[in-house]
Amino acid sequence: MPEAAALPVDTPRPPRKLYRSSDGRWLGGVARGLAGHLGLPVTWVRLVFAGLFMADGLGALVYAAFWFFVPLGVGGVDNQRPPAIAAETLPDGRRRLVARKPDRGQIVALLLMVVVAMVFVGNVNLGDGARAYLWPTVLVAAGVALVWRQADNARRARWAEVGRRRRTITLLRSVGGVLLVTAGVSGIFVLQGSAAHLGSVLQAALAVLVGITLLAGPYLVRMTQDLSEERLMRIRAQERAEVAAHVHDSVLHTLTLIQRNADNPNEVRRLARAQERDLRTWLYKPEGTGKDEEDEPDTLAEAVRRNAAEVEDKHGVPIEVVVVGDCPLDEGLTAQMQAAREAMVNAAKYGGEGGAVQVFAEVEGRTVFVSVRDRGPGFDLDAIPADRMGVRESIIGRMERNGGTARLRAVPDGGTEVELEMERAETTS
Amino acid sequence: MPDASASGEPAGTGGSGPGASGLGRHVRVVLVDDHRMFRTGVQAEIGQTDRTGVEVVGEAPDVDQAVSVITSTRPEVVLLDVHLPGGGGVEVLRRCSALMADSEQPVRFLALSVSDAAEDVIGVIRGGARGYVTKTITGSDLVDSIFRVQDGDAVFSPRLAGFVLDAFASTDAPPVDEDLDRLTQREREVLRLIARGYAYKEIAKQLFISVKTVESHVSAVLRKLQLSNRHELTRWATARRLV
Repeated sequence: MPEAAALPVDTPRPPRKLYRSSDGRWLGGVARGLAGHLGLPVTWVRLVFAGLFMADGLGALVYAAFWFFVPLGVGGVDNQRPPAIAAETLPDGRRRLVARKPDRGQIVALLLMVVVAMVFVGNVNLGDGARAYLWPTVLVAAGVALVWRQADNARRARWAEVGRRRRTITLLRSVGGVLLVTAGVSGIFVLQGSAAHLGSVLQAALAVLVGITLLAGPYLVRMTQDLSEERLMRIRAQERAEVAAHVHDSVLHTLTLIQRNADNPNEVRRLARAQERDLRTWLYKPEGTGKDEEDEPDTLAEAVRRNAAEVEDKHGVPIEVVVVGDCPLDEGLTAQMQAAREAMVNAAKYGGEGGAVQVFAEVEGRTVFVSVRDRGPGFDLDAIPADRMGVRESIIGRMERNGGTARLRAVPDGGTEVELEMERAETTS
Repeated sequence: MPDASASGEPAGTGGSGPGASGLGRHVRVVLVDDHRMFRTGVQAEIGQTDRTGVEVVGEAPDVDQAVSVITSTRPEVVLLDVHLPGGGGVEVLRRCSALMADSEQPVRFLALSVSDAAEDVIGVIRGGARGYVTKTITGSDLVDSIFRVQDGDAVFSPRLAGFVLDAFASTDAPPVDEDLDRLTQREREVLRLIARGYAYKEIAKQLFISVKTVESHVSAVLRKLQLSNRHELTRWATARRLV
């Protein structure tokens, strides 16, 4: 038994723990796991098992022992398997992995097993009496294998989410396995000639089962509930720890930076604002709105907030954003966002001393309205030389090219307000 | 001291300095906040009675103490934090509802919170708070807001105005019988200007109405938000998974 001998030698090294492979397995994943562990081609290991099977069924026993004792894991995946396949299965998620149909390997394995069993039965000289027990034994074995595979799947489902739909299949398989085992055991009883007592034996067994269920049932239910509750608590604690870790890290980091830049009020203010925004995002943003997402914003509210945050970081002027309503971005709105950003930059650059810049965005029906106002010294478009294109092109021109309007006006008590209006595209409703 | 950091919360003043609106006026205030640092800061900023006209007559760090302090001192205005041990600001409002309804000398609440999450804001406003300002407000604006609340007016920060606009977001063709519950065009306009960062004074100038009219519009909004339009609010809250 070279496989079994290799096991204790390797166990002292903790990183290389033996796992059964959950990927690309034929039966229990034992051969693949061992192959990965020993660095051998998986076919060799399978051949060794098949060969051992000839030795009075030793291979089957060893295989069963491995199946029973070695945990299923993602480790031990065969290195022979081309990485392209693993890469193909991994990106589209484990869902796909679980839901896939039994592959060719499993069918081949079944056929092989049947053939080997035939050969085994043909070669080994069993007495007539023993030969009669063969089919019930096979039934029992098949039932046990079915249920065990089932247990493996259940375990794998823990790190791969399984849809509710698959519960029925799970149940059917378990029932099938139990039925097979029952049939096999009954067959053995019948062959032993105790068929007459079969009815009473079954009744007694049933009675015992019911008794055990009644005694242990509540305890089991309680235990499962406790377990799931504990798991829930653990997930919550983990989440909290994650938030705390993030918050602590970034707050400490910012505080250090603030201490170091104590004589630079602008920098301190910028750091504090950035930290405040970050904390707010963590604390008050509702779940599922993409706390960590770094990709391009695809809704108006997100885009406005993102732009404001970036301008705020860059120019050190607080920008207060109020968004009413939301809608997906289209081409016109993207242009509007760019114009709004330009307006924010202007406001932060030239009007930032007067206090925070106020940004207001509203979606009402088909119209999207954005206002950017500062409390700076004010701004007269006509007084700007004709060659300065910042406002004319980046804001007014851009809005008009995309079918919107832009207005600049002085606010009564000082400051400038830029109003941008744009119609949403027809398709996005 | 968070309330000195930014001046971007013009919760009603048109740039009046400390004391400008408090001349000859006196208001008794209770501070409810679980952070001692913050209470001290606010106390230092506004509690100089000879200058601002605000007298801090009591402080409380949690719900139980807040209720007993408010009951015993009977202030005119309570500055109420939203997040408090023992049930939060909403719980204080609930247990003080009798004091709020008092016709002789009602106790008025101004929510003062670091949070500007919609559920917090709408929660305390529905609980009966007369206004909501965030802790980034300047001292002078806070004093002004306190006097405003004492007068029975509402004080909205731009963000709060945004939330209210969101809550009453226009659906196409409102049914006639709900007309009473809806915001009028004018109220909506006023709210929109608040959300854009305008002070009440500036709004008045912009719309060619008096500041008093602006205030009454805002009070009307508050009343509607508290008492009516259940359908709208429920739908709004459910859509955001607030309830």
